[in-house]
Amino acid sequence: MITAVLTIAVIALLAGLALSLASRLLPANNGDLVETVNDLLPQTQCAQCGYPGCRPYAQAVVEAGAAINLCPPGGQETVERLARLLGKEGLPLAESVLPSVAVIDENACIGCVHCRNACPVDAIVGASQLMHTVIESECTGCELCVAPCPVDCISMRPLT
Amino acid sequence: MTAPTYDLGKLHGGLRLPGHKAASTAEPIRDVPIPDQLVLPITQHVGDPSQPIVGIGERVLKGQLLADAEGALGAPVHASSSGKVVAIEPWPVAHRLGDTAPCIVIECDGEDRPVESVDSAEHFETLSPGALLSRILQGGIVGLGGAAFPTAQKLMQARTGKPEFLILNGVECEPYISCDDMLMRERAAEIVGGAEILMHALQISICYLVVESDKSEALRRLGEVLAELQDDRIVLKQVPTIYPSGGEDQLVQLVTNREVPSGGLPSDVGCLVQNVGTAASVYDWITNDEPLISRITTVTGDGVNNPMNVRARIGTTVADVVEFTGGYAEHAEHLIIGGPLCGKSMSTDRVPLVKSTNSILAVLKSSFQGRELPCIRCGDCAAVCPVRLLPQELFWHACADNETRLRDFGLTDCIECGCCDLVCPSHIPLTANFRIAKGRIRELADEKARAERARRRFEARNERNEQERDEREVELARQKESAKRAGPAAIAAILKRKQQDQEED
Repeated sequence: MITAVLTIAVIALLAGLALSLASRLLPANNGDLVETVNDLLPQTQCAQCGYPGCRPYAQAVVEAGAAINLCPPGGQETVERLARLLGKEGLPLAESVLPSVAVIDENACIGCVHCRNACPVDAIVGASQLMHTVIESECTGCELCVAPCPVDCISMRPLT
Repeated sequence: MTAPTYDLGKLHGGLRLPGHKAASTAEPIRDVPIPDQLVLPITQHVGDPSQPIVGIGERVLKGQLLADAEGALGAPVHASSSGKVVAIEPWPVAHRLGDTAPCIVIECDGEDRPVESVDSAEHFETLSPGALLSRILQGGIVGLGGAAFPTAQKLMQARTGKPEFLILNGVECEPYISCDDMLMRERAAEIVGGAEILMHALQISICYLVVESDKSEALRRLGEVLAELQDDRIVLKQVPTIYPSGGEDQLVQLVTNREVPSGGLPSDVGCLVQNVGTAASVYDWITNDEPLISRITTVTGDGVNNPMNVRARIGTTVADVVEFTGGYAEHAEHLIIGGPLCGKSMSTDRVPLVKSTNSILAVLKSSFQGRELPCIRCGDCAAVCPVRLLPQELFWHACADNETRLRDFGLTDCIECGCCDLVCPSHIPLTANFRIAKGRIRELADEKARAERARRRFEARNERNEQERDEREVELARQKESAKRAGPAAIAAILKRKQQDQEED
């Protein structure tokens, strides 16, 4: 009886040690997980989460334990999907936005190319000194072009 | 006379439903007179919206092109009678999605003057299959069985798969609807003529003309026409009266014993299915130069005084059609465009009759039999599903909004026939749930595709920025290097020249 209890205890101890060593010493395979998290993100590349794009945010969530409720364009749905994937508690979204697209007032545009350079998905076309416009089908509504405009001619139009 | 061959049911599930067709087939088809006003939706087909080419105030003639096909999946719209265009505006319609759609409204002058036909109708056999297909495209012909898929594009798509069989669908299995039955009785020769044109267009040498076994009069008339024609390429077939044997994939399975793969088309198994009404319209267009401007529709149900089949111009409002037949019964409560299972409930009869309107059904009491109760897992729905899905499982996943499981369980293969609704002892509106879930899946797929495109563009941009930065660095290094190589003498010379410039200024 005692022998049996001791044997089991020793086996459990050894297994526990092996597992804790493995988790500390072996490098974690986070690459796939980052990709999976990235797939769940809306790819607006808006940086509203505080990271320079969707993939960096995915990396931060997986590796640095960033909060999962920082993605406004993804909405509550994305938060819940992330929570399900990562086994975390679903938090309410930090702030929410409606899906929208940027619209340039083409009469006011002075052709400074600042917005074009700010767009993360190349959805603004136009050359220096010439009018710019937004390719609506490619615009992710990230609002990154609004602030750089020196004449404030870019507005966000909500998608119906 | 060609002997009809009887195919035993190879269909899974399905239901034997009371037909309710006798009332509307007692009398011959009657023509609805030209209404005062025609309302023609510019998009009456599945696919890309057509583009109006007439202006407000313009006079148009019967058969004149009003809206031209645009995009890969387009179908033109023609004027159903002569008159004046008074408006192009949103109007209530009976489309699957949405309640209103842009329509061209014509005030008819009652003269019905036809447009002069451009080409003197050549015999179709002198045309090449390709020319015949583009001619069919101009006729604005769409599938008249209810789905309204543009016929020319369906033929072109099927042509790439080298189909072996043309299957003409005269099954019309949904209760109450009898417009194809009446068409087969009265215009059998035109249907067969259309079959010959379609066979020539696709170079098919076998055509099955399939009719449900309860349509004896239609079978007799078609048999007579075929016997007279002596064309042994066209074979008349009978299928048992089981709903939904007239579904496209179901019909292929019944007739050829081949199963259309999940997510596939009949052309994947060498078949092309066309409704008999579509075949007759193709005949009218190719030989008589008459585009698709009228159709036969069934006005029926206990909510109308005189059930019958009428031939009405496309664009006539449902109210005008019902009034012509003798109006609604006193306590009519419920109006459905289409059949009782696949149709759409309407709240107004101002909607126009469109190319796909095969039936106008008015009933005294709404068909909902009872309060929705929890699922008791009896499995009756799975037993009747013609696609062999598991509606009870799909229902759970639809409630849970679990799109992966819905896809795994084959929701996209659901033909929305409504059999599961009918047998459900708990009165769960399964099909309605599936329709919503399907829309949701489509939405998610669109969203996913959009995100994927944005990601690719973002990555491409980052790559380009990096490349540009590298190139700049290389250029800078090269300049520094060349300055170093030129030596102090050259630098002194440059500095001296600069100093001279400044002094001159």
